[in-house]
This record gives sequence, structure tokens and C-alpha cells, in this order.
Amino acid sequence: MSKLTIATDGETHVLITRRFAAPPEEVFRAHTDPEWMQQWLLGPDGWTMPVCISEPWAGGRIRFEWCDGKGGGFYLTGEYVELDPPHRIVHVERMHLPDPTPDNHVETLLEADGDGTMLRMRMTLPDAETRTAMLATGMEHGMEASYARLESTFTGQLK
Amino acid sequence: MMDLDAAFTALGDPTRRAILARLAQGEATVTELAKPFSISQPAISRHLRMLEQAGLIARRVEGAKRPCRLTPGAFEEMDGWLAMMRRAMETNYARLDQLLAARNDAGKGTEV
Repeated sequence: MSKLTIATDGETHVLITRRFAAPPEEVFRAHTDPEWMQQWLLGPDGWTMPVCISEPWAGGRIRFEWCDGKGGGFYLTGEYVELDPPHRIVHVERMHLPDPTPDNHVETLLEADGDGTMLRMRMTLPDAETRTAMLATGMEHGMEASYARLESTFTGQLK
Repeated sequence: MMDLDAAFTALGDPTRRAILARLAQGEATVTELAKPFSISQPAISRHLRMLEQAGLIARRVEGAKRPCRLTPGAFEEMDGWLAMMRRAMETNYARLDQLLAARNDAGKGTEV
């Protein structure tokens, strides 16, 4: 059973939850310290993140570059907006494929949950179309979309 | 082989989604597809070209007509890709679990 949940909320939000067996301080560091991020924020097996810039303070830069080891890759840039260690991270990000995708505003909340941490991530996209495209193409964050969801979109259009 | 980028871009537009919804009911000509929309036939044709280039629909020649239909298996292929990306995210978090567990063990080690 997957511990990851991904759901849409309203027209422009995506909500992600995941529990970790470590305190918020550790999970916060894993999400902001480049040395940590380069060890896990990699996507499919075989991918690496040779460049990881993370300046975890308001206005600090974010830049991740991923490689598939076969000459392929893409990168993401962003900025931190607000940090409240170890419970809250607000940042903006965009992927470059190579054209930049519209800004994705991400609020990450880390709450103590027993001896672990519950992560709740809320993404806000500029509009419904962008969210659809992100759910469909999000390389880094994955997505909830499924065949059933596509079908319900189609059914909705027919009415 | 379908172009997944083009396929998802094609799905980002409500008119094209409506066209696909109509084609899910069966084959249709440009005239039939244009009927429910308040846009011109050339505009519909442009949408159809995008859908065709994305590999989501196929067109055949029947006299002067070029009826469209959904490409069999197109959505299964997209679904497979989506599932792969979801797995990528789960892979990330599984990796983070291991990293956190390793740190936890190391921490206990130093305390002892």
C-alpha cells in the first residue's frame, strides 16, 4: 500500500500527503539541505541531480538539474518565499523543458505525528489548464491523474 | 509511437478534450465535430491536426471526407506514463525513508 496521496482541490490546487518515520526537524532538513536532496530527490532509478542549489531563506534561490545518465535531463528553478523551520516551507518553482512552465506556488507543512512527521504539500497553479498540464507532465512531483480521471474529464465535457 | 508531450499539451485545451469525448462515441467527420462548437471548421481542423500529431487520433480517407477516430491504445500509453511518474515520486520518498532511517540509526549509535 502506498503511503502517498495525491488529490486535486478546487480548480488550481494539488494536495499531497506523506508520512515519514522521522521528526519534522529531519524531514525539513531533507527538503532544504542540498546534500540531503541530492540523495533522494532523483525521480526514477538511474537519474542523478548533479546540480542542487538550495538557499533556504526568504528570497533564496532554488535550482535543481537532473540527468538520466544517457545525455538527457531537465532543470527546475525557483525561489524560497517564506520558511518557518521545521514546520513550513513556502516556495515558487518552475520546470524548464526547456521552456519554463508557469509558476507553481508550493506550501509544505511538516507536523509532528507521533514519533514521525506528516507532510502536507499544497501546490497552487495559475489556472486550471496549467494544473491539468502539470498533473500530466510533472516530472518531479508525480501526479494523481489516471485513466479514470481522464474519462471523467471526457464525460464532463459531453454534458 | 505517440508524442507524450504533444499528447498532454493537446489535452490541456477544453475544445480538444470535447473533440476526444465526441470521438470516444465513434468515428466522426470534421463537419460533425464542428457542429457543437461556435468556432469555424478551419479552427476545428487545426485542433484535429494537433490531436493527430500527438498520436491521439487517426484519420482515414473516404472519398472527399477524412473521418477521425481515437487511436486505439493511446490513452493506455499515457496512463502507463502517468503511473511511471507516480512511481518516480514514490521512489523518491522511499529513498528519503531510507536516508532518514540511516540517520536515525547513526544518531542512536553516537548516543550509546
